[in-house]
Amino acid sequence: MTVLFTAGLIAYLAGAVAGIAGVRAPRRARIGAFSFALVGALLEIVAAIGALAQGGVTAWTLPSGVPLFSWAIRVNALSAYFNLTLGILAAAVSIYSFGYVRAMEGRRNIGVLGCFYNILLLSLTLVFVAGNAFFFLVAWEVMALAAWALVSFEHEKARTRRAGMLFLIMSHAGSGLLLVGFLILARASGSLDFATFHHAASALPAWQQGAVFLLFFLGFGVKAGVVPLHVWLPEAHPVSPSNISALMSGIVIKTGIYGMALVFFDFFDAPPAWAGILVLGAGVLSALLGVLYALMEHDLKRLLAYHSIENIGIILIGFGAAMVFRALGHPAMAGVALIAGLYHTLNHAIFKSLLFLGAGSVHYSTGTRNMEEMGGLIRPMPVTALCFLIGAVAISGLPPLNGFVSEWLTYQALLAGFGSTQTLTRVIFPIAGALLALTAALAAACFVKAFGISFLALPRSENAAQAHEAPLSMRLGMGFLAAGCVALGLGATWFLPVFDPITEQLIGVRASSALTAANGFAISAGAPHAGTVSTVGIAAMLVLLSALPALFWLVWGRAGRRATGPTWDCGLPGLTADNEYTATGFSKPFRMIFSALYRPRREIQAEYEVSPYYPTAIRFESEIEPSFEKRMYDPLRGWLYRMAGRMRSVQAGSIHAYLAYIFVALLALLLFGVRG
Amino acid sequence: MTGALLKVVAQLVLLLMLAPLVSGFIKTLKARLQMRRGPRLLQSYSNIHKLLRKGMVIPETASWLFSATPYVVFVATLLAGLMAPMVVADTPIGLFGGVLAVVYLLGLGRFFVALAGLDAGSPFGGLGSSREMTVSALAEPTLMLAVFTVAIGAGSTSLAEIARVAINQQWRFLAPSQALAFAALFLVLIAETGRIPVDNPATHLELTMIHEAMILEYSGPYLALIEWAASIKQLVLMTLMINVFWPFGLSATWSPAGVLAAFGWLALKLLLLSCAVVLVETANAKMRLFRVPELMAVAFTLGALALISTFLF
Repeated sequence: MTVLFTAGLIAYLAGAVAGIAGVRAPRRARIGAFSFALVGALLEIVAAIGALAQGGVTAWTLPSGVPLFSWAIRVNALSAYFNLTLGILAAAVSIYSFGYVRAMEGRRNIGVLGCFYNILLLSLTLVFVAGNAFFFLVAWEVMALAAWALVSFEHEKARTRRAGMLFLIMSHAGSGLLLVGFLILARASGSLDFATFHHAASALPAWQQGAVFLLFFLGFGVKAGVVPLHVWLPEAHPVSPSNISALMSGIVIKTGIYGMALVFFDFFDAPPAWAGILVLGAGVLSALLGVLYALMEHDLKRLLAYHSIENIGIILIGFGAAMVFRALGHPAMAGVALIAGLYHTLNHAIFKSLLFLGAGSVHYSTGTRNMEEMGGLIRPMPVTALCFLIGAVAISGLPPLNGFVSEWLTYQALLAGFGSTQTLTRVIFPIAGALLALTAALAAACFVKAFGISFLALPRSENAAQAHEAPLSMRLGMGFLAAGCVALGLGATWFLPVFDPITEQLIGVRASSALTAANGFAISAGAPHAGTVSTVGIAAMLVLLSALPALFWLVWGRAGRRATGPTWDCGLPGLTADNEYTATGFSKPFRMIFSALYRPRREIQAEYEVSPYYPTAIRFESEIEPSFEKRMYDPLRGWLYRMAGRMRSVQAGSIHAYLAYIFVALLALLLFGVRG
Repeated sequence: MTGALLKVVAQLVLLLMLAPLVSGFIKTLKARLQMRRGPRLLQSYSNIHKLLRKGMVIPETASWLFSATPYVVFVATLLAGLMAPMVVADTPIGLFGGVLAVVYLLGLGRFFVALAGLDAGSPFGGLGSSREMTVSALAEPTLMLAVFTVAIGAGSTSLAEIARVAINQQWRFLAPSQALAFAALFLVLIAETGRIPVDNPATHLELTMIHEAMILEYSGPYLALIEWAASIKQLVLMTLMINVFWPFGLSATWSPAGVLAAFGWLALKLLLLSCAVVLVETANAKMRLFRVPELMAVAFTLGALALISTFLF
């Protein structure tokens, strides 16, 4: 296993080298980099499955060459689970990339793309298995830099450069918080090893516990895209090439989730109850605001990026509930809630990557990300459309696919929460459940819009009319993930035992047997009689019941003729794409109902010659206010600039002044040392 | 095994046969209250029979999704109906899913109908889809709050379990939490089944319509399936309300006498609830679309109060 794992890392390294070696030979760079990435991903999948099957902790140290600090690797159930998620995505995205990147040959530097792609995969793998704080932060930084390089890949566009810079700044602000958090823990435990951090945070005094929790929650929250730390996400995810977007939304933001799981359930024994409620509240807020902003987007990839914020929120609802249950002393219920969060982590990784790859295929063949210029793509791109539809059904949480299973488990955890305590706090669980239902319904509305406007009806532009299906490798990559959505939905009960070693490691319970009913046919809510659901049963019944309409057709319908005709056009001369409902129109009711949040602004200019009733040209402009940027980040940035302006007087640029600073600093340190 | 199969078939037949009757009854009674003669009681059956035998016209611009949707919505709604207790508390396929699965299966049907509305490329379809998804999104949190209130009372999301608990406490519907949840669910029922004052089921080609606009391009057997599914959905929601909140007469076992009596009670309770729906439809005018959020806010408040009173009483 150790061998397989290391071999995977070496494959990624080889991929990075192959990429950089092929800067002048794009074809060789492409095939080399993505082949090695695929091999590495497959090796990591096998290694992760092995680690999960074996259970326990495998730890070893790589030769480092740096005194004091060691490259300690620690593979436990939690890291193996995240590595499995990473491996599945990396495999699918690498297959997809063979075709997707080919179109860039001769136009872009594919060698650099392949190199950073492999470095990103390598650093992600190391983040999930790092065994001490130092190694973790190094891997974390390499990941951030590789991701930044990939986000800024199309750097000739000013918007891309700005998005990359925003990502880099936010990411480093988060890293700074993590560093302080790790230092507090290291001081308490006397070591940087994660093994010594186990339950160390709970031994701290109460205010330090609070500080450690907040530092890590904010630090990892930036990476995960928790509202209000999410502003970089909808900027950075859409501007990168789509295979990179798939990885960013699929797994890079999940490093924040991994970190939270590590801190909240491993470093803390049981975090204070208010911390759990805070995480739950942040989850609900992220879920709701994420989907509300997604509804207003007409850029397909930005829409998907906002949905990542929503789904991170849903994951945090599970995590928050698990934390509250632990604080209240209900480990079995905490197990169900934690499984709900972790299952949704994998599910979201799969369907979100699938949707991003789908958006990439659309961009590949139409050259646009604007939904108002798509339409009718289901005919030229049947496979892409079907895969995107499966992803849309899954992300909307509809049965029998995987999104439904994890949302069902989240509802059950929230329902159980009402009985967990007698105080008024228990009301928050059903309220959170109701808001989760609102989120899910809005997500369904948003994906009716995303799929309906992009893939159905008439093409809305010349490019959409001349669209063609994506090449085989891209279809294979998407098909692989679509199959994953179906398998994780129908096979949920067979997948649940995977969580046993994780929950045992983090909270000391094995929950899968309580969560299965009727010999694995149905998922149970954990407690006896608390409710069951069977995705296999639902799927089977859906197929069986289809016999009924078929029977009606046999008995009555055969006589009827089936003709095609024009769509009803109210007597106008022919329906064109201009008559179709637009994405803007589709989301108009939401824009009006939630106008307190959006603060929409619109401008209509009509030109006319004779009467305003016969305009010759109309210009329509509509936008919503980016509230967080305007009300939170702009003042913050202004304050930072002012502070920086004052600091400028210290930076005089004179060598004498700097020598004086060094002298004073040295003196102060000496005095401090003597006193100590 | 054959016993279970028989139960499934029995409930299937009941769903298929009873749903058009309820819709027809509401239509007839509404006409009488408005001093019209209205269609005869059994007209809905004739309509379905007629549509099933007719030919159909598929829009040129439509894709395979347009043809798949009637099957998906019909099958998903039927499956939701099979999960709900109708005459016996023990639902035939209760293991397959409880109240959450029912809500989400109805959501699956709606998702596909809304997509099909966009598929034909007609502005009416898009308008209907957009409004349908808006109204349902606003109704969803209230529905879930009411569901949670009931599920918390029973300690389960399994409908058989909820009904069993309800049977043992016949007078529980008088408790404030149950009464408030019932009121909230009634508003959700009006919104979800497209009734006045939210939507007008009697209009075609009018700018106020929601559900009819989405399915404007359907004809023949496909239209029959969709309309049949809509009436089954209405029946399922009504049955859920009356059996969960007013479990009088709901049989605990599958004994013939019990089932027969329970069927009588079901018919009586459906009659009463249908009368309430008709009264609301007749006494109110259709609301402007952007007043609907206010109605849904009232429903949500009722649901939240129901939940909080579970805590108090």
